Amino acid sequence: MKFNRDFFHRFGIIFVLGILITALSVSTESFGTLSNLTNVARQVSINGILAVGVTFVLLTAGVDLSLGSVVALSGVVCATFAHPSQYPVLVPILLGIATGGLCGCFNGLLVTRGGVAPFIVTLGMMTVARGLALIFSDGKPVANMSPTLTNLAGDVAGIPIAVLCFALVALAASVFLKNFQLGRHIYAVGGNENAARVAGISVTRVKLFAYTLCGLLTGLAGVVLAARITTGQPNAGMAYELDAIAAVVIGGTSLAGGVGTILGTILGVLLIGVINNGLDLLMVSSYYQAVIKGLIIVGAVWLDRQQARS
Amino acid sequence: MLVAQGLSKKFGDLTVLKAVSVEFRSGEVHALMGENGAGKSTLMKLLAGLYQPDTGTITWRGQPVYWRSPMEALAQGIAMIHQELMPIPDLTVAENILLGREPTNAWGWLDQKLLQAEAVAWLKVLDCHLDPQTRMRDLTVAQTQVVEIAKALGRRADVILMDEPTAALSDHECTALFKAIRQLCQRGVAVVYTTHKMDEVFQLADRITVLRDGEWVTTQPASDFTPASLISHMVGRDLATVFPALTPASPEVVLEVQALTREPYFRKVTFQLHRGEVLGLAGLMGAGRTELVSALYGLLPATSGTITLKGQPVVLRNPADALAHGVGMVTEDRKGLGIIPGLSVQQNLTLTALHRFTQAGFILGAQEKQVSQAEVTRFKIKARGLTQPIRELSGGNQQKVLLARMLLDAPEIVILDEPTRGIDIGAKSEIYALIGQLTAVGKAVLLVSSELPEVLALSHRILVLRQGDLVIELAASAATPEKVLSNAMPL
Repeated sequence: MKFNRDFFHRFGIIFVLGILITALSVSTESFGTLSNLTNVARQVSINGILAVGVTFVLLTAGVDLSLGSVVALSGVVCATFAHPSQYPVLVPILLGIATGGLCGCFNGLLVTRGGVAPFIVTLGMMTVARGLALIFSDGKPVANMSPTLTNLAGDVAGIPIAVLCFALVALAASVFLKNFQLGRHIYAVGGNENAARVAGISVTRVKLFAYTLCGLLTGLAGVVLAARITTGQPNAGMAYELDAIAAVVIGGTSLAGGVGTILGTILGVLLIGVINNGLDLLMVSSYYQAVIKGLIIVGAVWLDRQQARS
Repeated sequence: MLVAQGLSKKFGDLTVLKAVSVEFRSGEVHALMGENGAGKSTLMKLLAGLYQPDTGTITWRGQPVYWRSPMEALAQGIAMIHQELMPIPDLTVAENILLGREPTNAWGWLDQKLLQAEAVAWLKVLDCHLDPQTRMRDLTVAQTQVVEIAKALGRRADVILMDEPTAALSDHECTALFKAIRQLCQRGVAVVYTTHKMDEVFQLADRITVLRDGEWVTTQPASDFTPASLISHMVGRDLATVFPALTPASPEVVLEVQALTREPYFRKVTFQLHRGEVLGLAGLMGAGRTELVSALYGLLPATSGTITLKGQPVVLRNPADALAHGVGMVTEDRKGLGIIPGLSVQQNLTLTALHRFTQAGFILGAQEKQVSQAEVTRFKIKARGLTQPIRELSGGNQQKVLLARMLLDAPEIVILDEPTRGIDIGAKSEIYALIGQLTAVGKAVLLVSSELPEVLALSHRILVLRQGDLVIELAASAATPEKVLSNAMPL
């Protein structure tokens, strides 16, 4: 990696992540083991998929608060169509993803055509999607999922499928943002929306794309979660959006839009994952965990901004 | 009164100011002149406490001072008015003037009456009769400028630093501002200011300091300079602004506008634009020039009337439509409607024509880079490299990137709205030459400019707008500054 501004921008996160990993490896016996590291990877994959999706939205200077609820709704829809020998396994998977995409598309339409602030639109979607999840499931977990689907929570060659999903999504997103015209347009719209319009970019199309893509990935996260917990839980995914947005911001993406990378998001996701795992291993009570986690998140971002300023 | 001694400032490896010493006296208008990047703004920001000098001292009323922030400088009576004004748009004029020191009673209750009265008093010093209840967003740039000065006055500033206060003003508005500046000097205030407009320096300044490449060149009374000697000091060589010779336009009509209207900006505007022609749009600020060309670019669509491009009537709802029909534009608002600050020189340059370097949406990186490099060389864009963020470039270089961005999409009709605003003489000459080249290859240019000599020298024909009406069309040979101005002035 070149020693450019980008590097220093991430230096704070890498530094904190390095310290945490070193400290945990020394202070606990189990942290450095392969099984625990695989476990960390598995745990971060859902937040990772969400974070990659919401990176697109944050880059356009928007926000999506509906992630958690849409995860639940997608999971419920997926589970509903996933009873044994009901449909081919691809049907519930695609329906779950499509549900998320539809929610994202609605968000995008209201933001662009409706001119409503993203915060409000997605706050509304957060409530609506949660409500729909409860309606479809009649308030109860949707169980009896086909083993073909729940087996997808397993491993391939020792690597959890969820982790493969996350890695694939992150890689594709990174290439897309760097090397595709639409990716460039996302940075332009987030960096200066009016100037982007003058340059001939359809701001509406770009934003609609970002929200819809974010929705599709949220749907995917919902399916992955449903497969893991073998049910469609209408109450799943509570406050998932907060961890996802925190990871993206820790990774150096500006809430004002136009600045940020997928690599940064991955680092942010790992940082949060390592904190969660480490605190569990150290058997810190969950009350203290919340406080410590919050402090580390703010501290990491603070360090990062100090680096960026100097 | 205020003395800078041996001030130096470095940003990273780049020395922007080298041991500059200047003395500013009370009651004088002191102009800082120099090309973009000469260090004028940096010197001002050092004096105003926005930056701290690496070496050298600032002496204020005989005492050496070190300001860590603009607040400290302000408390001592030194105020700066920035090139990009920073009013709070939804507060009123009075609230802006007294921002941060609103009159309140012991309970913190805002005394509206006193607030209005004090604002009016400061405006009156500047001979300005604005309603203090007006919201800032409803003011013209010139009025905003005056309010900013009143704000500085209200803080009892003894030195007012103005970074290009007239860049966005029409001649008419400049006159009002100059009057205000003279009022200030009579009260013993020292005014330090920068500008790129030659004529106004000689109208206004008592003394002139010339900076070049961060170094002090000379300080002399304005009367000791001639425009030519001033320019040669600034550029370090003799340089006359050269306007390119115009090649005759072809009779072929590429754009025809019929009764184009968008109230309240412009109404029933009808004209034709020919291949290879430069059509100048003259008028005062607020005459509707920018709005008219914005309609032709789909930015602010017209509500009635027709636009015909090469014989085909078209509807332009947004810039993408206009570009698809071969109409390109560089707007007057470089910062707001031009650059994407966080993106690199290359990414800004290829933004509009990116589709030319993609295959199924995938950007062909090598090709993009190659073309960008060629454009940077062709336009003599000064940047550390293609990956440097555009926000770090000087105004003139940003403008050249934006021109290159538009031209890369190969439009037939080129709209330039104030293409030389706030950029140095070297870059101006280059843009003039570019306009000459464009017409020579058969492009049609619509040129909006508030600098009359520019419009007069560059245009084949000139249209004068007054309060939204097209009042007269002048052939270049028949147009004089007096003729244009007398038509542009409201009756």
